[in-house]
Amino acid sequence: MSKLNPVSKISDLPEESKFRPGHRLCAGCGPAITAKIITLAVPEAIIVNATGCVEVGTTIYPYSAWKTPWVHVLFQNNAPVASGIAAALEKLSAEGRARKIPVIALGGDGATFDIGLGAISGALERLDKIIYLCYDNCAYMNTGIQRSGASILGAATTTSPAGKVIPGKQENKKDLIAIVASHHIPYAATATLWLWRDMVNKIRKAVNYSEQGPAFLHVLAPCQFGWRYDPYLTIKVSRMAVETRLFPIYEVEDGQLRINYRVSKPTPVEEYLKIQRMMRHLLDPKNAETLQRLKDWVEWNWQRLENLEKAGRVF
Amino acid sequence: MMTQALARQHRIALTGNDAVAYAVKQANVDVISAYPITPQTFVVETLSRYVNDGELNAKFINVESEHSALSAVIGASLAGARAFTATASQGLAYMWEALYAASGLRLPIVMALAARALSAPINIHNDHSDFFGMRDAGWIMFNGEEAQETYDLTIMAFKIAEDPRVLLPVVVSYDGFIVSHAITNFYALNDDVVKEFLGVRTTGPRIDPDNPRTFGVLALQDSYFEFKRQQYEAMENARQVIKEVFQKYEEISGRKYTPLKEYMTSDAETCIVAMGSTVGTARHAVKTLREKGEKAGVVGILQYRPWPTKEAEQLFSRFKRIIIMEKVMSPGARAGPVYEDITATLYPNHNVKMIDYIYGLGGRDISAQGVIEIYKQGKELADKGKTDKPCFYGVRGE
Amino acid sequence: MSTTVTWREIDLGGSVAGGTSEKYKTGNWRVEKPVIDYEKCVRCLICWLYCPEPAIIRNGNEVKIDYDYCKGCGICAEECPKKAITMVPEEI
Repeated sequence: MSKLNPVSKISDLPEESKFRPGHRLCAGCGPAITAKIITLAVPEAIIVNATGCVEVGTTIYPYSAWKTPWVHVLFQNNAPVASGIAAALEKLSAEGRARKIPVIALGGDGATFDIGLGAISGALERLDKIIYLCYDNCAYMNTGIQRSGASILGAATTTSPAGKVIPGKQENKKDLIAIVASHHIPYAATATLWLWRDMVNKIRKAVNYSEQGPAFLHVLAPCQFGWRYDPYLTIKVSRMAVETRLFPIYEVEDGQLRINYRVSKPTPVEEYLKIQRMMRHLLDPKNAETLQRLKDWVEWNWQRLENLEKAGRVF
Repeated sequence: MMTQALARQHRIALTGNDAVAYAVKQANVDVISAYPITPQTFVVETLSRYVNDGELNAKFINVESEHSALSAVIGASLAGARAFTATASQGLAYMWEALYAASGLRLPIVMALAARALSAPINIHNDHSDFFGMRDAGWIMFNGEEAQETYDLTIMAFKIAEDPRVLLPVVVSYDGFIVSHAITNFYALNDDVVKEFLGVRTTGPRIDPDNPRTFGVLALQDSYFEFKRQQYEAMENARQVIKEVFQKYEEISGRKYTPLKEYMTSDAETCIVAMGSTVGTARHAVKTLREKGEKAGVVGILQYRPWPTKEAEQLFSRFKRIIIMEKVMSPGARAGPVYEDITATLYPNHNVKMIDYIYGLGGRDISAQGVIEIYKQGKELADKGKTDKPCFYGVRGE
Repeated sequence: MSTTVTWREIDLGGSVAGGTSEKYKTGNWRVEKPVIDYEKCVRCLICWLYCPEPAIIRNGNEVKIDYDYCKGCGICAEECPKKAITMVPEEI
């Protein structure tokens, strides 16, 4: 496959996506936008989808929203399934028995951060030639908003409710990019829907890199249902996550970290929390301790990324 | 015919594990993915050596777990590859959910199983707990009692699996350590013979970028049952397909295979049923019993799923007594799985005395003398009608 | 909308042809619908880019709402830089 060049205008994207309407994802679904953007960014790919919102919402028999080859096996194995497909295609295409196209393992934060992390680690360590894209909506949404390793500090989920004694999730979000970059893979990056050009071009870059090794994308995809905000705000929420520095946009290429979107005057974290019922309870004075821990982490994390950026090759 | 058949083969001495690896190499598998576990490790190691020495042009994916091993093989199979994995015991248990996925997706995967006991407590030696644990997963299930059978079954497995009337995964099991690690002489088909017999894989679900399909849909209450019924039918079709493949293999190799192996059964009154290496031990026991005037016989199970109902009914209904030896325990059940399958076969038309023996768990040895003791005791209990629950043989205190 | 095929007719092994979701119209999900004021529209394609269905048909730089699928989420109206899209209540 020839190298994919970066896209600069929206009109550079194909007119029709291979992700078709008629799927059953919620109105205003961030992961749905993610799925669509993937098919706009890459001319063709095999999608290996883990169990979760996107898989369930888009492939209820006999309806499938995917005009691309698409595979779903189990919850925690989309990475090794993708590895198997990639290996098979490498062999079969060399013998003229199949046509090789990029393989994208697509999974939610549940599949990626938690149940599938071991298997993902294996695929990355083997340097399998796949792309892994995690659409992160920060909880196990398909089963009813239960907390995941990606839920942020303080999040009110059904298994970490904002209760009278414990005000939401008390543990912090796993640093996924650090985990994957520690496998010394060629490329890892965060992206989100609001910065569409950055997201599209990172997907294209990942596909280019997958010719030589695994590329990993961590995409923040807001969920109106779980985060409890009005559906029309999905892109705004995505923007706010970036502008509060809660979800920094950066990449690690050949071990070197680079911040792609500099937030010089961050919006107060409170603005992000106030807009969604999942987080709003942190604004209550009795939860001030948890709120402060979250804010301290946001500041610490940003500083950490700036330090890593200056430190040369860190992974 | 035998001379012609021998001309297509060569004599070789390998362990059971290496016999499997040899068959897989000859079968020109495209993708292998496996995780090492005693007593299967040498299958994996030998295959790695074949690949790295350039003797086998296949992709070897070194996964970090058995769940990932079968997952990678599922992926490869969906991409159109001929794919193989091997495991045992805990590894099989770990990939349990993927077993069902493989058969549900109708993938012609072949797996070798070096049968080993299940934890806890941990035990690395042979019994059939892992094998029987997967009997409802929709896989075609075979057992090879020594290297020859195991080699032959592995080759045939690909042909059976890939038949468009079947498209189901196949497991070829063999006793861990006893068969997997013991070197025996056997006949292997020549490379070109296997190549002609199997060809390349062309059937089954296949990812095609020019004709995009969705594999692994969410089938709700309105469609899941139909998919399962279709899968069930494939297993039924397998009966005929296996017969055809056995027939074709006999023409090539001179070796005739049947789902149930018979020894001295034509006039036997009491039959011992077993699976795996114990079948050979039982043959020795029966030879001795016959010299003592006992009308004994042995039936060995080669094909467990699909259960050969017709052949089993014809065969087992002829006996007065059936003594079943099982290297597996089903706590709380009336009897072990083989006893259940045989009773279900014989009911309601035949009334044969039957007794179930649980033996050999965790690699507890069974000798020909032991089988004779089981025969004597079993015959007596069966005649007395004292057969309301399985007997244990060979455990201290029983 | 249950499927009615028999087990002999059903697709092999839990598979189906790609893109068949187009047969399932989700337009009846919405309670309000977007209406584009083409006088204000500058053909930037932002609405088309962010629509989650997608329920905006693009022809070159021209866009048109596909009411067969639009779920009325309102993202297009919110993100339009020219405020050319208004959400109006759906007729019942």
